[in-house]
Amino acid sequence: MSRFVRLGETDRPGLTVHVDGAPVAALEGDTLMVALLSQGAALRQSEFGPEKRAGFCLMGACQDCWVWTESGDRLRACSTLAAPGQRILTSQPEATWPTHA
Amino acid sequence: MADPRIIIVGAGPAGTRAAEACVQAGIRPVVLDEGRRDGGQIYRRQPDNFTRPYAKLYGTEAPRAQALHETFDGLKDRIDYRAETLVWNIADGHVRTATRTMESALPFDALLLCTGATDRLMPVKGWQFAGSYSLGGAQVALKSQAVSIGHKVVFMGSGPLLYLVASQYVQAGADVVAVLDTAPYSARIKALPDLLAVPSVLWNGVALTLALKRAGVMVRNSVKPLEILGNAEDGVSGIRFRVGAGAEQTIACDAVAMGHHLRPETQLADLARCAFAFDPVTRQWLPERDGDGRSSVAGVYLAGDGAKILGARSAEASGRLTALAALGDLGLPVDKGEMASLRGDVGTYAKFARGLATAFPWPAEQAGVLPDEAILCRCEGVTAGDLRAVMRETGAKEANRAKAFSRVGMGRCQGRYCGLAAAELIAAQAGVPVEQVGRLRGQAPVKPLNISIGDTDA
Amino acid sequence: MSAASDVIIVGGGLMGSSAALFLRGHGLSVTLLETDLIGRQASGTNFGNVRRQGRPIHQLPLANRAIDIWRRSRELLGADVEYLQSGHIRVCYRERPELVGSMEEYADKARAEGLDLELLSGNALRDKFPFFGPDVLAGSYSATDGHANPRLAAPAFARAAERLGAVIHEHTQIVDAQKIGEDFVVSAADGRTFRAPTLLVTAGAWGNALSSQFGEPVPIVPRGPNMSVTEPVPYAILPAVGVMTPVEEETVYFRQVARGNIVLGGSTRGPSFPDQYRAYVEPQNTVSQLKHIRRLAPALGKLNIIRVWSGIEGYLPDSQPVMGPSATTSGLYYAFGFSGSGFQIGPGVGETMAEIIAKGATDIPIAPYTIGRFAKG
Repeated sequence: MSRFVRLGETDRPGLTVHVDGAPVAALEGDTLMVALLSQGAALRQSEFGPEKRAGFCLMGACQDCWVWTESGDRLRACSTLAAPGQRILTSQPEATWPTHA
Repeated sequence: MADPRIIIVGAGPAGTRAAEACVQAGIRPVVLDEGRRDGGQIYRRQPDNFTRPYAKLYGTEAPRAQALHETFDGLKDRIDYRAETLVWNIADGHVRTATRTMESALPFDALLLCTGATDRLMPVKGWQFAGSYSLGGAQVALKSQAVSIGHKVVFMGSGPLLYLVASQYVQAGADVVAVLDTAPYSARIKALPDLLAVPSVLWNGVALTLALKRAGVMVRNSVKPLEILGNAEDGVSGIRFRVGAGAEQTIACDAVAMGHHLRPETQLADLARCAFAFDPVTRQWLPERDGDGRSSVAGVYLAGDGAKILGARSAEASGRLTALAALGDLGLPVDKGEMASLRGDVGTYAKFARGLATAFPWPAEQAGVLPDEAILCRCEGVTAGDLRAVMRETGAKEANRAKAFSRVGMGRCQGRYCGLAAAELIAAQAGVPVEQVGRLRGQAPVKPLNISIGDTDA
Repeated sequence: MSAASDVIIVGGGLMGSSAALFLRGHGLSVTLLETDLIGRQASGTNFGNVRRQGRPIHQLPLANRAIDIWRRSRELLGADVEYLQSGHIRVCYRERPELVGSMEEYADKARAEGLDLELLSGNALRDKFPFFGPDVLAGSYSATDGHANPRLAAPAFARAAERLGAVIHEHTQIVDAQKIGEDFVVSAADGRTFRAPTLLVTAGAWGNALSSQFGEPVPIVPRGPNMSVTEPVPYAILPAVGVMTPVEEETVYFRQVARGNIVLGGSTRGPSFPDQYRAYVEPQNTVSQLKHIRRLAPALGKLNIIRVWSGIEGYLPDSQPVMGPSATTSGLYYAFGFSGSGFQIGPGVGETMAEIIAKGATDIPIAPYTIGRFAKG
């Protein structure tokens, strides 16, 4: 299920990003947010509630659309362009930190 | 004296016109822009490989958008333009900037804050679900990416942007299910005298509403939003509301664009230690400034919607006016006659903006009746009931105090999207005027700052 | 007419609020006066370390008294101040191997005061705390220390005191205090006056303004902590973590709250302005803090900070507070100037001051904190 609907400008060269290991087809000039939500319904999980999140303001102000690279870097999906070879995660890599006391 | 160092923050209509004035005075300003390209939000430019013409992107404002972009393009070699650069703090006569990896301190003699606006939001139960977007966000999706935020979209809230974005969606071929305006139609009649200050913009607004109705879009006034329906996994599935005192209605949709006009981005003015005052018309705390844009802090100037929401046309005028004021203060010759004329323009737009505030009132009363289970702060997942419980237990009735105890406004967005509604809820619960609740103090970093910033080995 | 009580407390931070609570326990009537709102400066903006380790050995009896209160804080206060006894680890870097000896020496002395510390290095350290960077050499671990939420603590003490009958006046700026006859008369900026035979000054960075009125100025310097907090990440780091080093810039610390945010503190302290009631985080201090945090725990380098803050703290030249009776005026007591290290001991300070006022004595050693040490001549 897609969340966003493309209404034009579809005559652009394609590119592929990987999201949680799976290839996702995008177009040159897409933001990561558009790339992910043109084929999926959400970007990440809320930390404090049960719901999935898919961004809110699209202008870099609300900070609701952060996703992660496989190396743990954070990317704000609304203000980062999709690029070939990107490997994106929609859950926090720190979830795998060992818990120690 | 060496050339004065002028820093302009923002490259929208105010920032662009301010930069132009500096260049004309022989100064090469630094222009810091969070965006990838100039234009700001209102005249945001689409990526290079997009082909839609100006008329399609900006409608009635196409000539202004094009003129502004062309002005900026003409300035590019004569300004120090730094795109994708965040100003994360201001101290001791320096702005602190951050790019993805670099942190820098830039000294200034004059700092022009042209920081623009974000949507003003009144929370609705369910607004945390995926598929709820800010109205401005919905417009950005279309304007800069040619996408709709959903397959069936409801526009809900109030303000001129509500009708503008809804019509842009219709024209672009999106399925717009309804436009739900919380303002009563009568408010618009009441506002007419002020709105007539800028008749062309008033007429554009009327035309938009007619176009929506012609396109078969349900348009309702006096709407009381009750709930954005949906679930945690799939997001938005519908909206529940009432019209006036009428029966509850439910509409199916998978996206809601919501907003109640705009709020200025004042964090940098706050960090620059500018004084603020409560504006009873918009029920917002705004940085104080004189008629030419001088803040309470010497060398710090405020222009455009980042200081007060007066619209894009006013931003162009105030950007130029404020730059001229700064240049004059720095001892450069400026045209006093032009400044007087710009002041007149800004005054006209101020009258119109007052009309808009009357026509599309901020529904403050909705915060007070927000159900306990409704999420108030999206970042921290704090509900209206959580805040009320904290108030009952601790007696907190000041904005920063309530934040400290409840976490409302303590998350990533720093209260941009919940702060105004939280203040109204606190005021309603405590039975005090909202100005007594105070305002959330701005705290650096203005946007999240990576811990590896400035790490040369990274 | 002045409002009268057995004890007036000037300063509604953690010291004053907890003293009010414990004074009520002794049956004394209490009026607590606060310029702004309870716990808004040093008490509310500090790092939240509930740490005994690293304190001067002479302070450990006070710290032990405090830890007992922290442990029963939920029952005592009827509120959750997010106290977690999740440990505290203090580490040193490879270029300062001599500090391992200092840690061992401290651990020996601390043990005699009831604080058990475990020295860790090499694989033992990294197995237990895998987030440390390669520069970390060794650490001293205290399993029974931990952390709490400073924003919540002092207000919770104040509310508990209020429930037991303490009278609290916020937004009450004190501009004058005098002893007239047997009573102290304390005047607020708006003209209200308050009267009591006993006065306790717990006014933090503002303490000197009052002690000076009784001929006991102290060389207090206002500064502000350098604090940041990250976005929330899954809860995995249990202990509060700090660096032992003689270099101020390297002195950083962090802790993860149960919700997931990581609170960062330390490196250079900033300026603060008691007269304006403002404290600022210097951008350069944030940058310096982040640099040293990366060295301490490189994995944190991927995270973002979302907010910084500071507050007004009072520092004394020997980093020890003024605590105990006045040297000039009977019935007058002080507990201020905790020099950035007052949070853990705070409730112990309140209980000890209440004991001194109600009973005239305490077994807790407070000689190092006498205000007389700053007397001229």
